[in-house]
Parts: sequence; C-alpha cells; structure tokens
Amino acid sequence: MTSRYMNPYLAGFLLGLVLLSAVFISGRGLGASGAVKSLVGEAVYRVAPAHAAQSPFYSSYVGRDKEPAWKTWLVFEVAGVILGGFLSGLASGRLRWVTEAGPGVSRTRRWGLATLGGALFGIGAQLARGCTSGAALSGMAVLSTAGFVTMMAIFGTGYACAFFARRLWIGTKGA
Amino acid sequence: MGPFVPELISDSLNLVVALVVGIGFGAVLEQAGFSSSRRLAGVFYGYDFTVLRVFFTAAVTAMSGILLLGYFGFLDLEAIYINPTWLQPAIVGGVIMGVGFILGGYCPGTSVVAAAIGKLDGLFFVLGGFLGVYAFAELYPRFQTFNDSTSLGALRVYDSLGIPAGWFAFALIAMAVMAFAVTTVIEKKVNPEGAPSLAFSTRRHLAAGALLLGLGLVFLFLPDRKTRLIESVSAAGYADSHPVKRMPVDELAFLLVEKVPDLLIVDVRSAERFSALALPGSVHAPLRDLFGKEWISSFSPRRVKKVLVGGDEKEGVVAAALLRELGYENVSALEGGLDKFRATILEPAAFVPAGNRWDGALKEFREKARVEIRKQIAESAKKSAAPPKKEKKIQGGC
Repeated sequence: MTSRYMNPYLAGFLLGLVLLSAVFISGRGLGASGAVKSLVGEAVYRVAPAHAAQSPFYSSYVGRDKEPAWKTWLVFEVAGVILGGFLSGLASGRLRWVTEAGPGVSRTRRWGLATLGGALFGIGAQLARGCTSGAALSGMAVLSTAGFVTMMAIFGTGYACAFFARRLWIGTKGA
Repeated sequence: MGPFVPELISDSLNLVVALVVGIGFGAVLEQAGFSSSRRLAGVFYGYDFTVLRVFFTAAVTAMSGILLLGYFGFLDLEAIYINPTWLQPAIVGGVIMGVGFILGGYCPGTSVVAAAIGKLDGLFFVLGGFLGVYAFAELYPRFQTFNDSTSLGALRVYDSLGIPAGWFAFALIAMAVMAFAVTTVIEKKVNPEGAPSLAFSTRRHLAAGALLLGLGLVFLFLPDRKTRLIESVSAAGYADSHPVKRMPVDELAFLLVEKVPDLLIVDVRSAERFSALALPGSVHAPLRDLFGKEWISSFSPRRVKKVLVGGDEKEGVVAAALLRELGYENVSALEGGLDKFRATILEPAAFVPAGNRWDGALKEFREKARVEIRKQIAESAKKSAAPPKKEKKIQGGC
C-alpha cells in the first residue's frame, strides 16, 4: 500500500516548487487556515452584520466598506486544494467514503477528536497567524523567524504529547 | 522580476493564480499520502516519517529557490510577504496547534485534501476548524492584548540569530539531510515490515543527500545580501538605468539657512572625515550601517527629504541608490558631494559667475549662507562635544 504513494522527497520537491511559484508570481506563500477565517467572517457578516461590525475581530476584514471575504487569495487557493486533491484521488483510485482511525479507536471517537483537533488548529492558527502551511512551511521558506518558531512549537508539542495520545494511533502496541 | 503582483497581474487574475497553485498544492499533498491521518501521525511515533520528509524537502526547495531567484535578481525579496513575528502568540498558537495535530491527526491543509477524497475524519477536522475560528473570534476581545503582544515585525530568522542568510540556509539544509538519514534508520527499526523507507534505493538517496549538501555549500559561499546590494548599486551600469536625484549645493544651503523641517542629511563618509567636518544636524551612517533597523523610523516617512552626502558625488549617489533599493523614498544625493559644498559655500575661492541675471542674487545668497551655516556648524560642534549617540543595533531577537 505504501508504494502507491509518491516518493516523499519527490513530493516535497514538487510541493516546494508549488510554494516557490506562489511566492514568485503572487509574492506570498501557501495557506489553509486563512481561508477558514475568511469564510467564517463572511458567514457571520451575512447572518448578523451588526454583530460583525461590533466585533474587533470580524470588523478588521469584513464589512460594507471591505471587499467580500470569499474573494481572497487563500479562499481560491483552498478551492484549488479541494479540486486538486479530488482529481489526484480520482486518478489514483483513492476516492472512498471512509474513516481512518488508529487500532481500537471507534468511529465516533475519531470524529469527535478530529473535530477537537480542527478546532484547536482554528484557534492556534489565529494566534500564530497561520497553520502548518501558512505559518510554518511558507514562513520557513521566506526565512521568517515566525515560521521557525511556529514549526518548532507545533512539532515540539506533538512529540511532547505523543506519549499521552499513543492509544489513539498505535493502540496498545506502544504502551 | 517577480513578484508579478500587483503590477503585472491584476487582482482577479491573481485569484486564478491562487486556484491553480491550490490545485498543485492539493494534488501533491494527496499524492504524498497526506490525506491519511495515520500516516501523518506516524511522524510522532516513528513508524512513518513521510511528513518530515515532504515538509522539510518542500521548505528547503522553496527557500533555496527564493534565495537563488533573489540572488540572480529575478525576485524582489523586499517585495514578497515575510510572515511577521508575534513571538509569544506564535509559540502559544503553535503549542495549541501541536495538541490539535496529535489529537486530530491532520493539519488544516491536509484535512481539506482528506475531505476531498472522502475521508470522514478529515471532514470533521475541517468542520472543527470553522468552529475553532468562530470560538476565537467571539472570545477575541479577551485575547486581543496577548494576540498583539511581542510584535517583532517582518523579522528574518538569520537576523534573529545574527548570522548571514547563507549560513542559515546551509545549516538548515545540513539539518534536513541529517534528519532524513536519522529518521530513516529509526523508521526501519520501529516499523520493520511497513516502513515507507524500505522501498527507497539507498544509493539514489545517498546521492540526493550529497547533492543537497552541495547546494547548501553554494549558499555558504554566496555573498550576503549587504555585500551584494552594495555591489549591485555601485556597478557601472546601475546609475544609468536607475538615475538618482541630485540636490544642488545651493539648494541644500538654502534648506539649511531656512532651517526647513523634514530634512535629514545622511553623511556616509568615514568616521574620521565626519568628525573633522559635518554639516549641521547631519547624521553619520557609513554604507553598511544604512541597512540597520535603527534607521527605519527616521528614513521611512516620505515627507522627510533624505540627502545623502559623500565626499564626492559618486559616494552620495551610491548611498542614495542603496537607500532606494532598501525601499525608502524621497532620497537624493548631494551634487558634487561635500567637496563641492565646501568649495562653493563654506570656503569659496572666488565666485564664478554663470553669466545670467541671477548672478548677483546668487553671490549674495552664498555669502549669507556661508556665514549662517558656519555658525550652525560651530553651534552643533559645541553641542556634540560628546560623540554622537549611536542607537544600539538589535542583535539576536529571541
């Protein structure tokens, strides 16, 4: 099964070229969480414009005098990620409704933890001004201090917590 | 010269670029197997180091490309977005994301790809991301102070460490190659049956590692940005293709006599020559000091007229060109340099009439200017009996 995926160094090289072309053409790196921020702001603005105008968070990027938040670079880029991921999965025969979980982890537990993990990323990415792709990867590529700090904090914490979360991923094997 | 935004590529075309870039991003993540949470989590347990390999290779590739494109002048490194640093929020945010990674098994980009090919856990992760941003936004007023604290601006990591960019690039590449080698050994031990690295050809990977280290060595020996920029603005053809505004000596004398505000005279001559004779109110900054962060606040305002003064005209022109390359505006060089200023205003030999009807007024003005500016010089010399205070340079941010 492993051999069906691309060689990771080749994939990394190609990913680096994608990032490089983003910087070369648009002058900015890749991202993902920024699109979520835009869409959340846009949704709140549509549903409760008065609330959005009051909030110091939303009012900094959505409002009557601002460009619609869905019309931003990262929203289009993430739309591309969905499309690119789908086409690649289609080409390699990997389109399937499936839940992936560590041994002995129930589906509902996995869904709950995935939601929690996503929420933590949503919060952390606001503080760090980006997630693994926007802050860590793209930040490292342009040699920004923030990129390296964020990368070390994410992976350092991941390793520090790995022991406590071992049942989620490697079952009792590592206990 | 990149980036092509906003001059060559309009806002709407840029969105098309974003879409295309995103397609590439998504396809590569999917092909790398990043749509699998178990594979992603493997990096933390040693059974699968795919994440580390892809992530580091991508970072090194993009960084090398950016540095090389910048070095050869194809990419304006001053124009691209450098993720600004808010130090403490970056650490705390990273820690929160690290917990999210180990619990959720994804990061936002990979979860989108996972959801796109039908992984339900990926879909839930994406949903969680929306909830997290919403929660943060609603609680934002409580975190706002912390969120905006320890702002260090668009800080570069090599400046934080106080080393040239090339050294850092070499160190990063060397670390990546070492990490690739060590983690491959670990992976085969932890996961003797299913390690992805079992499929690698050792010889080819060793060759690739050596090649990468070779690239790192190139960075070690590339001249640093300061040297390169100074060389490029001093080059013979540069002045013709990028003409620098000259300020005539009489104009500078007039500005000094009238004590016009928003004038900043920057003297780039050597320290000895500066202490021997300095224009009133001028600051001393040799060429290499102009890069310093301590100047940003005084050089940045557009309304401040920056007059670069060298011994001769060329010295000032090179400094003015450098300042412009560094992104400052309203910059000019003193015509003829301080030598001409001295010979015309301060210690004029004999008035040379230009043969037009302003000769009389000019002669009169210069005499007045000579007296007034000499007085100002004497005053500022008295005031600064102590050596001029040099602002401390920021060395090593964190």
